[in-house]
Amino acid sequence: MTDYAVKLNNVSKVYRIGLENTRDDSVAKGIVNFVRSPLTNYRKYRSLYRFSDQELSGEYTGEDILWALKDVSFTVKTGEVVGIIGVNGAGKSTLLKVISRITPPTSGNISIRGRVSSLLEVGTGFHPELTGRENVFLNGTILGMRKTEVDTKFDEIVDFAGVEKFLDTPVKRYSSGMRVRLAFAVAAHLEPEILIVDEVLAVGDAEFQKKCLNKMEDVGKEGRTVLFVSHNMAAITRLCQRGILLSAGSVIDDGEAHGIVNSYLTSGLGTSAARDWPVLQDAPGDESVRLRGLRIVDEDNEVAEGFDIRKPVGLQMEYDVLSGTEPMMPYYRLANDEGTVIFSTIDQDFRSHVEPRAPGRYVSTAWIPGNLLTEGTIYVTVAMRTKVRSYKPFILGDAIAFNVIDTMEGGSARGEWAGALNGAVRPKLDWITEYTPDSKVATG
Amino acid sequence: MTTAGQDITTVDIGPPDGFEAIDFREIWRYRDLFRFLVWRDIKVLYAQTILGFAWAILNPAIQIVVFSVIFGKVAQIETDGIPYILFSTVAIIPWTYMSDAMTAASQSLVQGKAMLGKIYFPRVLYPLTPVLAKLVDFCISLLVLVPVLIYYNVAPTWNMLLLPVLLLIMVMVPTGMGMWLAALAIRYRDVRFAMTYVIKLLIYSAPILYTASKIGPDVRFWYSLNPIVAVIEGFRSCLLGGPIEWQFILPGLVTSTLIFVTGALYFRRMERVFVDVI
Repeated sequence: MTDYAVKLNNVSKVYRIGLENTRDDSVAKGIVNFVRSPLTNYRKYRSLYRFSDQELSGEYTGEDILWALKDVSFTVKTGEVVGIIGVNGAGKSTLLKVISRITPPTSGNISIRGRVSSLLEVGTGFHPELTGRENVFLNGTILGMRKTEVDTKFDEIVDFAGVEKFLDTPVKRYSSGMRVRLAFAVAAHLEPEILIVDEVLAVGDAEFQKKCLNKMEDVGKEGRTVLFVSHNMAAITRLCQRGILLSAGSVIDDGEAHGIVNSYLTSGLGTSAARDWPVLQDAPGDESVRLRGLRIVDEDNEVAEGFDIRKPVGLQMEYDVLSGTEPMMPYYRLANDEGTVIFSTIDQDFRSHVEPRAPGRYVSTAWIPGNLLTEGTIYVTVAMRTKVRSYKPFILGDAIAFNVIDTMEGGSARGEWAGALNGAVRPKLDWITEYTPDSKVATG
Repeated sequence: MTTAGQDITTVDIGPPDGFEAIDFREIWRYRDLFRFLVWRDIKVLYAQTILGFAWAILNPAIQIVVFSVIFGKVAQIETDGIPYILFSTVAIIPWTYMSDAMTAASQSLVQGKAMLGKIYFPRVLYPLTPVLAKLVDFCISLLVLVPVLIYYNVAPTWNMLLLPVLLLIMVMVPTGMGMWLAALAIRYRDVRFAMTYVIKLLIYSAPILYTASKIGPDVRFWYSLNPIVAVIEGFRSCLLGGPIEWQFILPGLVTSTLIFVTGALYFRRMERVFVDVI
């Protein structure tokens, strides 16, 4: 079929990362480097967007090069609604940016047939000093509408956002909720041939989110081509016919949305859920203890990266105690995407808090019950603590990570509720509601 | 769908490569957005001020007074017999426009970087927007001229026909320089710090506070390559009468076109990597 809307041909995108400053170990060296710094800075900033053929060849192993996308090829037919999924850093956002022409591919090419509107953020270009009315026109044209289109849709947009009374008030006086609603209302009334949407549904209150989801569904039904990125698997399966699974910048699965979502949830993608240090001398630690392996495991002791919110998660640490003279306490600290610490935990066998462990190989697993964490990526900092607070034989910040996903099949704290449940944890609590049918309030 | 059905536009995206000319058809497609961006700049500039657009008059007016006192009265600069206030007014108004537009255009990408990474529209609209928006200030500040011209009894002459050419140079210089500087500033933020001095020094590079007749004939050619000289000298002869200084205007027209064309080419060459270097 030649009737494609978007066609990608071996698209790759390379970024340069880790432009570390070298530390000066002497005053003289410091002065020399200071004098030379304009030249090094110039080279550094230039190198951000210039890559040598050698760096782009397959053999290059330097760590300063990141392949955000690598040889991505797929074709989206006109009218298809495609969900793009993958863990954080899999290249989803880069992919959308390349297709939206925000950043060019390093190699490969893309062909797009039709008018594109991309929605990587709601409210792009909103100016606080302008009124609601003015921002609707500005934002609408920024998103690719003609003025006449905004004219004809204006009443609908205002109605959708529910801000009639404040149309001529500067947006800086709006509540943040109103601002988001107005911004999304503009976005929701785009009628491009191809719509590209990043995780923007994650804004506003639950009712508004539902409204947006419905609107998205309508857009899909109208025969428009939609490319949609989300961590919300329920939204993906509901809206999309087709799913594309990205991992480390490459397409690893492509097919019917339900199947892709399932394979994503059960895949244990990437290597960040498990790490090994096969060589004792290179392992983190010192002469008293060395870390040999880290794993995130499910109930069956299998390494996994994606976890159903209802299922327990095991944090497993494998380590060799070498000297056996000090008490050793394995320790984990869990943090979310925003860096907020959710909780810390230390070995619950309290003998280890006072008695040294005998030399040998240990495997300690801490079990996090199901229905405790909330959806999202959880980063685990791993350490070995001793009785001396400042002495940690090893500590690895954000050493491993896993994803918690609510499949919305019931059994989670969510129940039938489809809206947001904010907070760092989402425990399933015991709720008791007492009901008295003949009370005065009810009858009188 | 209002535009569908007629023809499906196909866009091909590939790796950045070489020089390209400005795509005027694309800018035309985005004309509504362009208009709103310019209008936003105008509207927002004097938001929450008491005096509002009066600042567009006050800014050059205060400069004229200060320069007239210092250079006219105290230093007694020779002005070919023109009263100093008249002499400086016709120069400072276009100069204010050019320096403001150039500064704003050079910072346009850095200031718009949040939008740059989130949405695509022709990148060249970023520097072009302030260049057009500042024209409103320029038009308002022209009002300062009227009382000064009337007070000194200056009658309009046929030289006024030259005005469109001068306006063209006056807009081309900040547009071209703006494209150059914006493309540099997004990658090297040094531009912002340097601009403060560049603007301060540029005022002496053109006959704004002194007269071009003081420039010796041996360096006059090099002097005339500065297109700001053409605008200032042109405005003087255009508004005050007297011989038209073609020796300054023609080279200025050539160099300003050169700045504009090279600026556009350089901007187009660099525009695709802007987002990667923010």
